[in-house]
Amino acid sequence: MPHLEPWQNFSCLGALRPGVPNPGLRDPHPVLSLSWSELSFCLRSQVVLKIIKHYQEEGQGSEVVQGVLLGLVVDDRLEITNCFPFPQHTEDDADFDEVQYQMEMMRSLRHVNIDHLHVGWYQSTYYGSFVSRALLDSQFSYQHAIEESVVLIYDPIKTAQGSLSLKAYRLTPKLMEICKEKDFTPEGLKKASIGFENMFEEVPIVIKNSHLISVLMWELEDKSTAADKHELLNLSSSNHLEKSLQLLMDRVDDLNQEIVKYNTYSRNLSKQQQQKHQYIQRRQQENAQRQSRGEPPLPEEDITKLFKPPQAPPRMDSLLIAGQINNYCQNVKEFTSQNLGKLFMAEALQGHN
Amino acid sequence: MSVFGPVVKIHPVVLASISDSYERRNEGASRVIGTLLGTIDKHSIEVTNCFSVPHNESEDEVAVDMEFAKNMYELHKRVSPTEVIIGWYATGFDITEHSVLIHEYYSREATNPIHLTVDTALQSGKMNIRAYVSAQMGVPGKTVGVMFTPLTVKYIHYDTERIGMDLLQRTRLATTRTKGLTSDLSQVGGAAARIQDMLTTVLAYIEDVLSGKVTADNSVGRFLMDLVNKVPTISAEDFENMLNSNINDLLMVTYLSNLTQAQIALNEKLVLL
Repeated sequence: MPHLEPWQNFSCLGALRPGVPNPGLRDPHPVLSLSWSELSFCLRSQVVLKIIKHYQEEGQGSEVVQGVLLGLVVDDRLEITNCFPFPQHTEDDADFDEVQYQMEMMRSLRHVNIDHLHVGWYQSTYYGSFVSRALLDSQFSYQHAIEESVVLIYDPIKTAQGSLSLKAYRLTPKLMEICKEKDFTPEGLKKASIGFENMFEEVPIVIKNSHLISVLMWELEDKSTAADKHELLNLSSSNHLEKSLQLLMDRVDDLNQEIVKYNTYSRNLSKQQQQKHQYIQRRQQENAQRQSRGEPPLPEEDITKLFKPPQAPPRMDSLLIAGQINNYCQNVKEFTSQNLGKLFMAEALQGHN
Repeated sequence: MSVFGPVVKIHPVVLASISDSYERRNEGASRVIGTLLGTIDKHSIEVTNCFSVPHNESEDEVAVDMEFAKNMYELHKRVSPTEVIIGWYATGFDITEHSVLIHEYYSREATNPIHLTVDTALQSGKMNIRAYVSAQMGVPGKTVGVMFTPLTVKYIHYDTERIGMDLLQRTRLATTRTKGLTSDLSQVGGAAARIQDMLTTVLAYIEDVLSGKVTADNSVGRFLMDLVNKVPTISAEDFENMLNSNINDLLMVTYLSNLTQAQIALNEKLVLL
């Protein structure tokens, strides 16, 4: 999967960082650097529409589509006001420069007064499988550069089933710490006491519109002739459920492998400890014997060189997989609860027959 | 009035972008212009994307940053190679002389470009959205002028767009113009409530017809017959079986996912010991 980098070295736009007043924006008052937990979050409708459109046109199949979110931080709110999509990575575009594209876009958008502060990125997902190394890395680099970044995950399949599925995530500060130090050993994670539940935190999304857009909505409501479709109340669901469960099972298999790896590691470690003990004891015994016989004791050899401790397996992958499994389970539960509701409604309908 | 020429189909994302760029216009500019991108079919033109282009307009002259327009188009083409320039838009109610000049420029970029006006100043109390195509008029060889002929405008959405739009529509009813995203069972509840509303309307209509206040309309009656027949008649026992097996499936899946979650939580705790 492609790795998105926020552009970093554009000198003339270097002032565009949170905490520095932005020239040419609507609200040029200085932004205080806040702890991100205080930020609430809102989204404009055209961002939603653009994301939907981008997936619809370019992302058929299980390809993920990605793009950049632009906006600004106003008071204590993070507002996302615009976005632009990223082209797909194809083999024959080897000389395509992502950073160049980004810089061009942002420069051009600046001319038309569109907010050009990079506040995050979005990605589409396939049945909810987005917790991966690539996502973590991208989000980490974004959040490192810009503190308030979020990643918006758009689930097109769930949306097609009746309700817009758009979620915003951020890395928790604990996870940021760990990523900074790149310390993925079990001891490191234990120190920070990170579980899969406090890896990402979800930020609630609010959609906000200006008055003009409201007028537009009224207008479209009048003119639009498409009938109200009720896909949400569709009863046939087994396909979706099957796929989700399939993915869940795959993940559980992966996790299983990781666990086996970890178990072998700890077993090896304890075996090694035992061997070390035995060796030291034998040494001491021999030394005692030699002393009793009046011979010089054997030199103490460096134990660590004899018994090299086995490599601790990195725990990050298993953490990610656990997080992903958690996500799948959540989705499945949501899905089943909706379906149960629908089934009971169908029963009520039949009852009247 | 019959209109000739292709039908223009607009996606809502285009209109939202246009409104947004109007809100962000420079001081002193009374209107915003930009390029429309989309696809051309035999009988229809589908507008799927747009971007605004900086321009300066004064009494006697108009300057459009064409370099910028070209650049943006290139960038957009990288993402969606199927979109082509099909015309341009302008906010504001009327078509001015400057529009003719701009239209000429766009004729060089695309064959027979369309011109879209979006009345963001709400001059007639509504946001009028019209589309035009230019046609030559006048005496050939002598004074030739350009006339803009209107086209029919339709709004189309992809399915997912429709669902997104539903949610966005609900923002206009809230006083602060904001709306959170609901999840889970509350969505089903919402959808059921909407159907209930519709049924109440239908019932009110039927009451009126029965009490003679409104004359019965045969086509509506046929629709009602359809509606009632849509509920499938299945024997109670069969339905019970189907319902139970479905419910069992769902409950089992819920149980398994809860189990999995407990399992991974336990695993976490053990590892971090």
